[in-house]
Amino acid sequence: MRFAVISFPGSNGDHDALMAVEMGLGQPVEPVWYRETDLSRFDVLLIPGGFSYGDYLRAGAIARFAPVMESVARFAADGGPVLGICNGFQVLTEAGLLPGALLRNASLKFNSSWVRLRVENTDTAWTEGLRLDETLRLPIAHGEGRYFADPETLKRLEARGQVVFRYVDARGEATPEGNPNGSVDNIAGVSNERGNVVGLMPHPERAFEPLIGGDDGLKILSAVLRAGVATAVGGL
Amino acid sequence: MTGVIVEVPSVATESAVTPAVQRWRAEVFVSLKPVVNDPQGLAVRDGLHMLGYAEVDAVRAGKYIQLWLDAASRGEAEARVAEMCERLLANPVIEQFDFRVSESPANSQHGETER
Repeated sequence: MRFAVISFPGSNGDHDALMAVEMGLGQPVEPVWYRETDLSRFDVLLIPGGFSYGDYLRAGAIARFAPVMESVARFAADGGPVLGICNGFQVLTEAGLLPGALLRNASLKFNSSWVRLRVENTDTAWTEGLRLDETLRLPIAHGEGRYFADPETLKRLEARGQVVFRYVDARGEATPEGNPNGSVDNIAGVSNERGNVVGLMPHPERAFEPLIGGDDGLKILSAVLRAGVATAVGGL
Repeated sequence: MTGVIVEVPSVATESAVTPAVQRWRAEVFVSLKPVVNDPQGLAVRDGLHMLGYAEVDAVRAGKYIQLWLDAASRGEAEARVAEMCERLLANPVIEQFDFRVSESPANSQHGETER
């Protein structure tokens, strides 16, 4: 499968993502600059972390208007798998491709650490083949990762299984101790209704090899290969 | 104004054909919705308490944005600014906005449009 990593001015996780796909998955991958509009040669889109446009106004608010985003929206609407990581998650919520919003961490501090996530739904392009309630260890690095959605939206997300990952403590429980940023209901990642677009604050691309601290991230990045048949965009 | 018949002098008729565009200043206030927890506001409140301002009950922190724009009328300027707030300046998922529009004072940095 051909992967694209979309870069905006200020993205800084793009090279991590390129390396993870190339070395961790052994799949062909290309960086795509934000001015590009033709994504027809790709099967999978990754929107990496960083500080696109300096996080001006709100994290992800300006990147949403980049020329490439219209093609990203079309790719997603056609069922193509899209993963937004950290700032990429923020961009996808600002673009309305994922529900909710990311706010300043409750601690007001930038948090760079390793956290535990619990898989809450295995029926998405990015959790295919994982075990329900399986725990993953991944790094986070963000100042604005506190997930928020109003109670009505939350109820809808839970009912439809759109909460994909939750922060948990060492015992695998979604407690305040396991929650690194104050996200509502410990939500670390969500999907769109169809399950082809997923966003999460933790960095799977920074955990593709034990040498760099862990390889649980590969389980998420490789899910799309297993889900490939189901979500392939064919003609795209 | 609806229903009021005004005798229009010829000069005004001319300006109605090509409405004079005017420069307006909009002051936009963006804040988190009341239902959204605001740790920044809480930290500022705690700081004020430490300085002895025990009377401060609550603080909410937000953004203040000024913009200068051209529009034929105050109503038009307000409609445009409201749209800008909804589409970009505020995120309706977490934020609310308020704004006021005033005639822009003449200044060199944001000079009046030529007449």
